[in-house]
Amino acid sequence: MRFIVCVKQVPESNDLKIDPNANRVLKKGVSTIINFFDQFVLEEASKIRKEGDEIIAISMGDSETKSTLMRCLALGADKAILLNDEKFLESDTFGTSNILAAALKKIGDYDIIFCGNSSLDTGSGQVGPEIAERLDLPQVTYTESIENVEIGKIKIKVQTDEGYSIIESELPLVIAGIPPSYYQPSIPPLPKIIAAQKKPFEVWNAEDIKGDKSKFGSAGSLIKIIKLYKPPKREQGIVITDEPKAAIEKLMELLNKDKVI
Amino acid sequence: MADNKDIWVFIEFKKNSIRGVSFEIIGKAKELAKKSNEKVCVVLLGSNVSKFCEDFSYHGIDRIYLCEDSILGEYLTETFSSILINLIKEYIPSILLFPATKLGRDLAPRIAAALETGLTADCIELDIQDGNLVQTRTVYGGNYLADIICPKNRPQMATVRPNVMERSEALEKNQPEIINVPIDIDPNQLKTKVTEKIETTVIDIKPIDEADVIVSGGRGIGSKENFKIIDELAGVLNAAVGASRAAVDAGWISKSCQVGQSGTVVCPNIYIACGISGTTQHLVGMKSSKKIIAINKDPNAPIFDVCDYGIVGDYKVIVPLLTEALKEKLSQD
Ligand SMILES: Cc1cc2nc3c(=O)[nH]c(=O)nc-3n(C[C@H](O)[C@H](O)[C@H](O)COP(=O)(O)OP(=O)(O)OC[C@H]3O[C@@H](n4cnc5c(N)ncnc54)[C@H](O)[C@@H]3O)c2cc1C
Ligand SMILES: Nc1ncnc2c1ncn2[C@@H]1O[C@H](COP(=O)(O)O)[C@@H](O)[C@H]1O
Repeated sequence: MRFIVCVKQVPESNDLKIDPNANRVLKKGVSTIINFFDQFVLEEASKIRKEGDEIIAISMGDSETKSTLMRCLALGADKAILLNDEKFLESDTFGTSNILAAALKKIGDYDIIFCGNSSLDTGSGQVGPEIAERLDLPQVTYTESIENVEIGKIKIKVQTDEGYSIIESELPLVIAGIPPSYYQPSIPPLPKIIAAQKKPFEVWNAEDIKGDKSKFGSAGSLIKIIKLYKPPKREQGIVITDEPKAAIEKLMELLNKDKVI
Repeated sequence: MADNKDIWVFIEFKKNSIRGVSFEIIGKAKELAKKSNEKVCVVLLGSNVSKFCEDFSYHGIDRIYLCEDSILGEYLTETFSSILINLIKEYIPSILLFPATKLGRDLAPRIAAALETGLTADCIELDIQDGNLVQTRTVYGGNYLADIICPKNRPQMATVRPNVMERSEALEKNQPEIINVPIDIDPNQLKTKVTEKIETTVIDIKPIDEADVIVSGGRGIGSKENFKIIDELAGVLNAAVGASRAAVDAGWISKSCQVGQSGTVVCPNIYIACGISGTTQHLVGMKSSKKIIAINKDPNAPIFDVCDYGIVGDYKVIVPLLTEALKEKLSQD
């Protein structure tokens, strides 16, 4: 079987400065890492792989994104594809999912497409379902665990508001997010990092993936940020350091006065 | 684009009731409709939902799109999306609002992709400016807010975070027009099916993102048994119990209670954080709560920077005292 893992490179910290004229954050000189959620799905995909299965990591990003894909190769991906072209720059979710869907069509043959829960910078878990729609594939979000996979069939436990559901689906399908728990991202050991250098790594541009270029990058963006700003600061609160009984009395008085309770 | 009109609200059901967030979105939709001189319509999909039409006749709604069929008793992305996509193509709304719940977040992007339109997720404010829906959401881990428009395409789509908008007030009864939406789905053609449901939470308890009051515990709680102290406070306040990821990871409480970046984003009237340090990943999930009360033994814990009221001390002493004080206070009211 072939598993494809979509990974994004994101700023290491979200404590970024704004370009006041352009309604966007300044990315120059900001260090980047693999989106935490995407490393998690890659590790989950590695767990269910069997002998003969293949994992391809794919990312749309600038040339620096190569470092994220090299990390994926060190973490167990067999092959990496970087989607890189000036025409891809400034893509919103619509553009990103169109570019990824076009690249997936070029790959053609796959059983499961994995996406992370969301991008930790600006995302909200939309890219996965959008890819699924464009490729006319079933999808699951909020995956708890993959119970069973065989040729053409999968059984997945998903989180619901009441608990869990078991969903059975045909393959191929898109798993758009596995919220992690009990997870520490692993750091690949040096021999795996070295071995990764020898694994296949391809770069595809807009020509390579075909598709409708008017739907890529800034040209194809549908949403526009008209204002980017700091959220209003919360007013400085009152922190009580008295002895417990006195502290509770004080708190109750404040709650009463402010009509909180 | 000129043909697009009306504001649609997708209604989510939970067992035998309408999810509260639906009325919050209707409240906002009515405000937007006034500004843009449009109508508010609701979309009801489910197996036994026509009985709810009555509930919507007190909210100034113009039209109800009703699609009722036993196959819709179980939410499946493929059934719900195919019905909605056809319906939207036929009646071309201008704005389409979904709850930012598990269901809404699964469904809305799928529809946006099919309709080739933009979608803004997890909005905390909506407004109309120059004919566009201005959608506000947090980005960069809550460090910034972004006002977003979708200038070229219609419908304009957003998912709306529960608990941030004012609920629609009931009005005098009207007679919304009901449009029965035909359904044409061959169950044998479906690619997915739900084969089992496992309920782990008490059904009558609201999902954490709809709770008015949340009492949360973190690593500082120390053990599963100690969470009883949190439960007792929650009981008095009729609150939901939340947790930091550290408490979830320790196995003291279920994952569905996790507040934060990789859990649920909540916005209750009152959020009480006990033994939680207040890392950015936790703060993202609760910082917009209306009032925050923090209890932590470390006076330098970052949670005190965002709280409205804080007590420095051992929660094992403070929380039971608070529980008693509140019990007394609430019994007087
Ligand atoms: C990508 C990513 C996503 C994440 N997502 C989330 C998320 O969704 N939600 C989340 O919560 N975290 C998340 N985390 C984890 C987060 O970074 C922290 O590890 C976690 O929030 C810490 O939980 P805590 O505050 O309970 O524990 P700690 O930081 O260990 O704090 C415990 C606090 O308890 C206090 N304390 C101890 N004993 C007592 C006592 N007896 N009385 C009073 N106070 C006491 C201590 O002073 C301390 O401040 C995420 C991390 C990453 C990397
Ligand atoms: N530029 C990208 N390249 C590859 N995968 C991406 C990209 N952007 C988003 N994704 C995938 O889509 C998921 C959800 O992203 P988002 O909708 O931005 O929250 C991420 O966790 C990734 O798996």
